[in-house]
Amino acid sequence: MIEGILVEGLIYGIMVLGVFITFRVLDFPDLTVDGSFPLGAAVMVQCLLSGGNIWLALLAAFIGGVLAGVVTALIHNHLKVPNLLAGILTMTMLYSVNIRIMGNRANVPVLKQETILSRVSELFGAFIPEEYVLLVFFLILALIIKLLIDMFFRTDLGMTLGAMGNNEQMVISQGVNPKTLKTIGVGLSNGLVAVSGAFAAQYLGFADVGLGQGIIISGLASVMIGEFLVMKSNRIGVLTFCALAGSILFHGVMYLGRYYGYVINMTPNDLNLIKGLLIIALLVITQSKKLKMFAGKAMVAK
Amino acid sequence: MITLKHVSMIFNPGTVNENQAINGINLKINEGDFITVIGSNGAGKSTLFNLIAGSIIPTEGTISLNEREITREPEYKRARYIGRIFQNPLLGTASNMCLEDNMMITYRKGFKWLKRSLNSRMRDYFRTELLQLRMGLENRMKENLAMFSGGQRQALTLLMMVLSKPDLILLDEHTAALDPKNAGIVLELTDKFIREYKLTAMMITHNMSHAIEYGNRLLMMDKGEIIFDVSGEEKQALTVEKLIEKFHQIRHKTFENDRTLLSED
Repeated sequence: MIEGILVEGLIYGIMVLGVFITFRVLDFPDLTVDGSFPLGAAVMVQCLLSGGNIWLALLAAFIGGVLAGVVTALIHNHLKVPNLLAGILTMTMLYSVNIRIMGNRANVPVLKQETILSRVSELFGAFIPEEYVLLVFFLILALIIKLLIDMFFRTDLGMTLGAMGNNEQMVISQGVNPKTLKTIGVGLSNGLVAVSGAFAAQYLGFADVGLGQGIIISGLASVMIGEFLVMKSNRIGVLTFCALAGSILFHGVMYLGRYYGYVINMTPNDLNLIKGLLIIALLVITQSKKLKMFAGKAMVAK
Repeated sequence: MITLKHVSMIFNPGTVNENQAINGINLKINEGDFITVIGSNGAGKSTLFNLIAGSIIPTEGTISLNEREITREPEYKRARYIGRIFQNPLLGTASNMCLEDNMMITYRKGFKWLKRSLNSRMRDYFRTELLQLRMGLENRMKENLAMFSGGQRQALTLLMMVLSKPDLILLDEHTAALDPKNAGIVLELTDKFIREYKLTAMMITHNMSHAIEYGNRLLMMDKGEIIFDVSGEEKQALTVEKLIEKFHQIRHKTFENDRTLLSED
């Protein structure tokens, strides 16, 4: 049970890192995610079925995600469409694109083909107990991706992206086109989401067009749980760690809901409602925390 | 250096809200000029700055820099040679990042690439430059800018802009949102930097004595026009009284019953 939660939390954690980049760093609420997650899954599975190199398949999934993000950014930048709507447009179009990629099917299983996960199990199954192979693999993978993101946000380009989310005028004043930055940021974010989708498909054993439904809400809830648990910080290393930890905790909560929800008469169909309520509860708690802080300050001022 | 020819700006043309903010302005900014700009609210001072900086494009006329026309060049491209400081001290820096990161971002104009330029050599350089501000900021390199006061942030924005040596700097009432003490410090720093680095500058102010005290040239604006342009010895000889008299003289000729919005303090 616990390794299942951890593996799921880490696979979806890669997606949460992408959501963290758009929502928190860029201040660009991007809903493309609901489409780019199954896009990654579809591209990965189709590449595996056609017998291509498994690593090239992952690269293709990443590039597919980047392109989806770039489309959203271009719609937002050049047609002056609000970022939320631009994301919804791409997401809607991706639904059809994903079905086409999967050869006009809504669900494509990948059970007999070699996947990255089966390769990993083969290679390391002898050294590590079977049930922990995937856990170790995803732990290392998520950490590598986290560290790469940390490094990226310490470069000049990464820092400028961070500044844009806070103060777009400042970036313009430095002679940088914010449109270019948004394209890079949203592209990168969706690339990560697609990679997450690619691994989810291999883990689940299929790609499904509905795989991404509500994924943005899961991502956002995970980001918020992570922020809620750990002290506020501006260190990128801490923030990305929180995002991963938030994802694991979120999947823990969802697991409880799925398997023990019957105690309070809950069915798996209620999970989306629970996700929404979880976000609302987190918002209420953070709001009241802020209010208390202000009240405290007012008292001091008196 | 920068020349404006017959520049007009009409907002919402053809609607009930039509507003002629700038009316056929001709202006030549010479290299080394330090121009103070005064005028009542709605005179078009900020619109003029927006036109020069490129945040809006004029409905008529041309703007050129050293004979090269830049009328339609986007703001972010012009920002490489035109520096600008706003009234809001938060607009020049990012609150959620630390001082050294902010300085690294503002150190070089233009697109930033995938390399890490912030090293101990850069940090030493930033610390030495920060000494000029005499605010003790050189010891707070890792602190978030949200912890700094408006005056400190404005002084920092000024310093970083000056270090990039722009051809022209636009100061849009950059001390108006600060308390009197900090406003004084930032204004003194501005004057010092403009002299030391031999910069060309334009400064909007609501304070007539500042407009007279600083700079070598003064522009008075009203209803989208430059009604008074004085420089050199004539500018040196100006007093607040003469300026008010001049304003009344011109104003009476053209506009009756208009309340003066220039402040004297």
